[in-house]
Amino acid sequence: MLCENCGKRPATFHFTKIVNGQKTEMHLCEECAREKGELLPMSKDAFSIHHLLSGMMHDLSQRPAASSGERLSCPSCGWTYEDLIQTSRFGCSECYDTFRAQLRPIFRRLHGSEAHTGKVPRRGEERLSKRRKIEALKKELEQKIAEEAFEEAAKLRDKLRALEKEA
Amino acid sequence: MGIETFLTRPLAPALERGGRDDDVVMSTRIRLARNIDGVPFELKMSDSDQKAVLKAFEHAQTRRPNDVPELILFRMRDLSPLVRAVLVEKHLISPDLMEKEGGAVVLSDDEMVSVMLNEEDHVRLQVFRPGLDLSGAYALSSRIDDWLEETIDWAFDETLGYKTSCPTNTGTGMRASVMMHLPGLVMAKRIQALIPAIQKVGLTVRGVYGEGSEAEGGVFQISNQVTLGLSEGEILENLEGIVRQVIEHERMSREMLKQSLGVALEDRIFRSLGTLRYARSLSSKEALTRLSDVLLGVYLGYIEGLSAKKLSALWVSIRPGFLQYTAGKSLDAGARDMARARLLREALR
Repeated sequence: MLCENCGKRPATFHFTKIVNGQKTEMHLCEECAREKGELLPMSKDAFSIHHLLSGMMHDLSQRPAASSGERLSCPSCGWTYEDLIQTSRFGCSECYDTFRAQLRPIFRRLHGSEAHTGKVPRRGEERLSKRRKIEALKKELEQKIAEEAFEEAAKLRDKLRALEKEA
Repeated sequence: MGIETFLTRPLAPALERGGRDDDVVMSTRIRLARNIDGVPFELKMSDSDQKAVLKAFEHAQTRRPNDVPELILFRMRDLSPLVRAVLVEKHLISPDLMEKEGGAVVLSDDEMVSVMLNEEDHVRLQVFRPGLDLSGAYALSSRIDDWLEETIDWAFDETLGYKTSCPTNTGTGMRASVMMHLPGLVMAKRIQALIPAIQKVGLTVRGVYGEGSEAEGGVFQISNQVTLGLSEGEILENLEGIVRQVIEHERMSREMLKQSLGVALEDRIFRSLGTLRYARSLSSKEALTRLSDVLLGVYLGYIEGLSAKKLSALWVSIRPGFLQYTAGKSLDAGARDMARARLLREALR
């Protein structure tokens, strides 16, 4: 059998490709196979982290839950969901908020988790604890109002205002 | 201090002192990935954004506390391609940073600290320690992170942690790596079983030299894969636990090989030493294989009068970039093989 590409040299490489259930056969000589990149069907960077990741993200994007993100784009940097899938990279820190819902399955699959439990920036920690205090105060305030304990509620409200100003 | 100092010494002063378990562990590295809030990430950065990152770092430099070593900044665009290649060979910068004209590297004079600016993330700070020392390396990297954070707002999310350019680093942004010399496991053909086992517990293993699974010189790097959901302490504990087991397996393999192969192993090691002492042309791959044999010979007590430190330095000085920098000119592959053989001959005479 002669190579079906050049028709000159004997075909020594025989490929069967199945793409979307369509079977195609190819018979090529070594030279043409190399030229067509068929000899090494996987390009050199096929196993690079971004390549693998983008493949995985593409799979996830086919799921119904992810499709809601299709038309999203980041208001800060203009990065689209498509960009995120293609590059498996974020455009800016706000992308994390823009695509938050779509990211959850990705983080679960990558890390087995979607919540950070490690280091927090020191100044962030202060902010975080203030915010948590504010939330706790708000709850307490609501309860006092429900109990019609207005005097205590007023004190709590002042405390809350002061904290919110600081934060 | 100019960049030349870093290019003429193959072994970092920080790695010269032997560390814990240094018969198997060559070095430990912690890398923290951080980004500056409000500045677009790598793929959306403009030139002025890149300048802003350098500026933010330079501003932090003016408030450096005493317990953070002095750091010197070098811009990529001021360094020739060959100089960048040598820095890659010394693992001080990544191959990625090498291509970034707007990038920079910041080094401490003993090379214990290397901060890459405008790589995949705005800031990638690395700390190197000799032998196995994950907690020591992390302590210093976290200290440097605290210092930078005094003047820089990191992109941080209360749920997801440190925001990085790639989701594989989100959370702690930490990659902890241990570089190990595993000639015993390679020779005993046990490495093939070990690699998939390590990968099952959320860690990765890769050969440090050479492409793909072929690890030239038996040097492997084990690092954490997961960065989200575990604290830094938990990640380091997991890694240390696995590394300790690999150390034990490697030591057992070496003893087993010594007993079962006897003179055949000794012969192989001395043939390698002979090759390094007398060959006239050596490829990088062969030189690494032979050096690995000789280093094993030193640890098994076959070879005396040669220090592991000296061999570790040769590991770097025979790399293509380093050879050419030392020669002061570019060398083609054939000339490099000859220069490599000459260097080894002189060093091991």
